[in-house]
This record gives sequence, structure tokens and C-alpha cells, in this order.
Amino acid sequence: MIKQSMNITEKLISDFKANEALVLSGSTDFIRETRLDAFESFKKQGMPTIHDEEWRFTDISDHIKPEYIYQFEHSKNEIELKDIFRCDVPDLNTIVITLMNGWFPTNFAPELPDGIIICSMADAINKYPELVNKHFANHQNYKENGLIALNTAFARDGIFIYIPDNVVFESPIQFINVVHSTEDLIIHQRNMIIAGKNSQVTIVVCDHSLFFNKSFVNSVTEVVAEENSKVNIYNIQNSSNNTSMFSSTNIIQKKYSSVLVNTITLHGGFIRNNTHVLMDEEFCEVNLFGLYLTDREQHVDNHTVIEHAKPNCTSNEKYKGILNEQSKCVFNGKVLVHKDAQKTNAFQSNNNILMTDEAKINSQPQLEIYADDVKCSHGATTGQLDKEALFYLRSRGINEDEARMMLMYSFAAEIINKIKIGRLRDRIDDLVSKRLRGELSRCNNCMVKCY
Amino acid sequence: MLKIRDLRVSINTKEILKGINLDVKAGEVHAIMGPNGSGKSTLASVLAGREIFEVTSGKVTYKGENLLNKTPEQRAKEGIFLGFQYPVEIPGVNMLTFMRTAVNEKRKFKGLEPLDAKTFLALIEEKKAFVEIDSRLTNRSVNEGFSGGEKKRNEIFQMALLEPDLAVLDETDSGLDIDALRVVANGVTKLKTKENATIVITHYQRLLDYIVPDFVHVLYNGKIVKSGGKELAFELEIKGYDWIKKELGE
Repeated sequence: MIKQSMNITEKLISDFKANEALVLSGSTDFIRETRLDAFESFKKQGMPTIHDEEWRFTDISDHIKPEYIYQFEHSKNEIELKDIFRCDVPDLNTIVITLMNGWFPTNFAPELPDGIIICSMADAINKYPELVNKHFANHQNYKENGLIALNTAFARDGIFIYIPDNVVFESPIQFINVVHSTEDLIIHQRNMIIAGKNSQVTIVVCDHSLFFNKSFVNSVTEVVAEENSKVNIYNIQNSSNNTSMFSSTNIIQKKYSSVLVNTITLHGGFIRNNTHVLMDEEFCEVNLFGLYLTDREQHVDNHTVIEHAKPNCTSNEKYKGILNEQSKCVFNGKVLVHKDAQKTNAFQSNNNILMTDEAKINSQPQLEIYADDVKCSHGATTGQLDKEALFYLRSRGINEDEARMMLMYSFAAEIINKIKIGRLRDRIDDLVSKRLRGELSRCNNCMVKCY
Repeated sequence: MLKIRDLRVSINTKEILKGINLDVKAGEVHAIMGPNGSGKSTLASVLAGREIFEVTSGKVTYKGENLLNKTPEQRAKEGIFLGFQYPVEIPGVNMLTFMRTAVNEKRKFKGLEPLDAKTFLALIEEKKAFVEIDSRLTNRSVNEGFSGGEKKRNEIFQMALLEPDLAVLDETDSGLDIDALRVVANGVTKLKTKENATIVITHYQRLLDYIVPDFVHVLYNGKIVKSGGKELAFELEIKGYDWIKKELGE
């Protein structure tokens, strides 16, 4: 075996230095300074390893290699994805944007009402500095996470969405992240979603990979829910076994805002989702739901942090998983109730079904409470399919496989039913059913074989 | 239809059934009575194919074939129905989806076309009347949040849809008030034909006021210790199970 001349951290540092002028070009002073600060922070931290408490069960070292290439510039030869790839939801009036390898499409120019902005992150940095600067890296968590630091330093594009005050945008915005390359890639994508006061928006994120090159996706999404806004985010992860992903969603909520994040992982080789919610003002509500269906050697890790910083906020969190074959999953849910956050309501649960003896879940619910007048609960369960229920179904003439399928589906249905848009719910429902039956879980018109 | 010969069954090496013999023919109603712990529910479970029980010896033939090496679903398709003493709640599995799957599995087995949604719903409407069950229940998850009485009605509703040749009703009367009991029992009686058979397992005689048995068997300590006509049930009601114990010299 040839020894790697450079480890991944050294390689990324030298990459950044070699392309520093390009990376820092086309941005405001503030962004430039933040990038450089994040780069310094990355140099200090390096890549997370299993010796870090937060990464104990998720070893990324095999999933991000020095030879993976980062496209510092938008690749000019965009293929016509529409011919092979369809991810439409019938009769759902969505605005669809397909980002290839983290880059916003150059030909996207829809007419948007009411001052709504949907554009590339690269454009937004220049055109809307008053919006971007206010919120870019405002979670500051790149200082504690090498991958977020790396993203903050490197990411040149992604999607930017702004819903102005008092605008209720009915059409869901769907962005499809496609990995498509003949080379092994590392992708840094940076997204920002700002929902103004009293606004409402629904975002559907679909992660896909086309073809079978290896890739590591490092995606950071910042979400700001201003006063009394409603933000619903549905994240559908359906990628090939060769795709590894770190997806970090950082949410800041202002008073009376309501946020829902529903992450449905149908397939993917290696996935780490970090969701961090900061309830920064009173009377916020957040609902975090997740469903992960894994098999083979897949690894899905959901890390969530919900910070109750102010009084009278409510958080509901429910993650459920069905683990088959040798797949391994992690759930780590921290609920942090700060000293001032009296009258907090926080509920968290994580339920898992292990279909085989080899499947493994590490579930760690954590409550840290510094206030004294709160209502908090948490719990985790791990088990097999209910044998009594299985016998009941079989005793009515339903074959064992079908009965198992029905029980797995019913377990998953609780999370699917949290999807508020009927058409989207039907579609996800169909994908989950196919997935549980072991069929390719792809939309009817789509030509892509995701795995 | 059903022949049980010297059936012995254990769970965790503890013998529960200690040599059962029973013959059930088409058109007959058999009642199996007995005190708690005598093995009544075990017998029902073994007939339906519950795998936690181990058959250590004996034979069960159903329609001339060995029943014991068949899976629960095979038995159901061939016409055996178990009415559960404790019907299982299955959150998230819709009642109609469940029944449609079951009905169509059975039709497939018989070489019939599956029912389309419209025909199936018509069938549902027809069968609902048997047990006076309303849409509020059939549109929910299987047994989820049902009262005890509703669960039992739901069992008979499923039986009406599946039209079994041999129904084994395990303590279908337990936990029912008198009105629900009448509804459930009437449902069973209406489903009775010359071609099918019913085994009613019960602790009390009162169910047999509504479902009149042709034969009554007393199961005690894993054995059928007494068999007779319906008058045996009345005798038991008056004299209690102690009478049986006394007769056995215990």
C-alpha cells in the first residue's frame, strides 16, 4: 500500500492556500474575514475524529480522502438533468431548483412575486450583503466543528432564499442537490434561508447522487425564522452507497416563530446530519422529526441540539429508525435549557427497530436543564418487530414478509404523517413503501437508479 | 373437518396440553369450557399456528391434511380463523388496508381475482351490519384505542369478511357487557352455515345462551375430561368447576 504523502487536513489546508485569492474573491469584507477566521479555526481543529465526543460512533476518516477533488469554480458543462432526472411531485406547484455538485444553476430565472429572492449564494453575498452579513455563520459553531469551519472557509455557492416580511409563499421551494461527476468529489455547499416577520415558507430538499463515483458532501444550511414566521423544511435523503454526507442545519428562531424540520433518510452510504436549533426569543415552537431506513453497510447519524435560550418555548423531537442487515445508526439528541428559559416544554424521543442481530444503534438522548420551572421528557427505545402484532396479521392470511412490511410501514407512518402537504406526504409515503419492499425508491418518472 | 388426536403441547418445557382428542365436523358448533389455566387458549393458539408453543406429540388434521406443519397464514387461507382473546393493537396499520390485504390474499389462494377498491368497500358495508360496527372504527388503525367491546366486535367483523370454514373463538365473551355480548353472538350465529364449523372457547355459560352448541367439552388440566350436549353447560353453570374436580377425585 502506498502511504499517502499528505493527510486530509494538510491537503485541505494546502488547497485553500493555493486557491485563497479565488475563494476570497467576489465577497464582502465581512465574508472574507469570516472565511479566514473559519480557515484558522479549521487549521486548529482539523477533521473530526472518533476521539471527539461528538464523533465517537461516526468515523469519517474513510469517507473523505485527499484525492477527492473540490471544484473551486462552477463547472461550465452543465448537463440537461431534466432528461434523466425528475423529482416532481404531481399537482404540487413547487419551484424546483437543481444544484449540481453544490453549484446553483446559471439558467434559473423564475418570476417571483412579492420581493421573494431565490438565487445563488455567490450572488447573494454581493447583491444582498445587508441580509447575508447579518446571518452568515451567526451560529458561530464553526469554532466547534471542523467540517463547518471547512465549509465556511471553502463553500463558494449554494442556494439563498429570502421571504420578505408579511409574505406567505404558498408554493413550496424544492431544491435538489445532485452529485454528478466522473471524478471523486468533495463538495462544500452553503445555503441560507431567511423567513421575514410574519412570513411563511416551505422548503423541500432532496439529496441525490447520479452515477457511482465517490463523493463527500459537506453542506451547511443556515435558517433564520424571524418573528411570527413559519418555516417547514422537508429533507429527503436518497443517495447512492458511494455518497458520504455531512449535512448541518443551523436554525435561529425569533419570538412566536414556528419551525418544522422533517428529515427522511431513505438511502445513503454514510450520512451525518447535525441539526442545531437556537430558540433565541420567547414563544417559539420547533418540531424536529426524522426517519431513517437503513440496510447493508449504511451508516446514518442524526445529531440534534435544541437550545431553549428564552422562556415559554416548546420543542418536540421524534426520530425513528428501522435498521436492517449490518447497518449502523446513531441518534444523539441534546436538549439544552438555559437558566432563563422558564416554562420550557421539551419532548424528545427516539425509537428504533432492529431487524437483524448485526444492526446496531447508539442512541443518546441528553437533557441539560439549568432552569427550574420546565416540563421536559426524553426517552429511547430499541426493539424488534412486535411478535404479537406479526402473528395477528399472519393469522388473517397475510404472508410473513407482507406482515413485516406492514408493521415496518406503520412504525414509519408516524413520521410520514407529520408532513403537512398532502401531495408531498403521498409521494414520500410511496417512496417509503417501495423502500421497505426492497424496491428502488425513486419517483415514477425518474430514470436514475439511486443505488 | 378437524381431527385432533392425542395432542400434547408444551411451552418452555412445561406441558400444557396433555393429550387432547377432538372431532369437529362441518355444520357443528363445539363449546370448550374450563377453569382458568386449563389450556383452552393454548389449544386455540396451536390451531392457529402460534409458534411459541411446541407440539411434543399427537396429530391435528384439517380437511384431511396435517395442519401442524403449516404457517399461520397458510392455515388462515385454508379457512381457519382465530378470534383473539386479546386482539392486538397495531398503530399505523389502517383497518381497511389490513382487511383488504387479508381478503385478497385469501382470494389469490383460491385463484380468484383481487377485489377492487369499490367492490371491497361494498363488501365492508355489507359485513358491518353483522356486528353493528361503524365507520368510526373501520377507518382507524387496527384496534388502536378501541374499547374491549369494540375489539371483540372487530374480531367478528373480520370473521364476517374472511368467511372461515373453521372459526375458533377464544373467550370472545370476556369483557363484554350484555348488549355487546348479544351483538357479537348474533354475528357469529348469522355467519353459521351447514358447511362451516365453530369452536367457542369460553369460561362462562352465558355466551352459550346465544350461540347454541351441539357439543360441550370440559377442558381441565390439559385434557378433555367430560363431553356432552348443551345441557352440560347448564350443569356446569349450576354446579361449578369444583364438581368436575370432585368427579375426578381431586
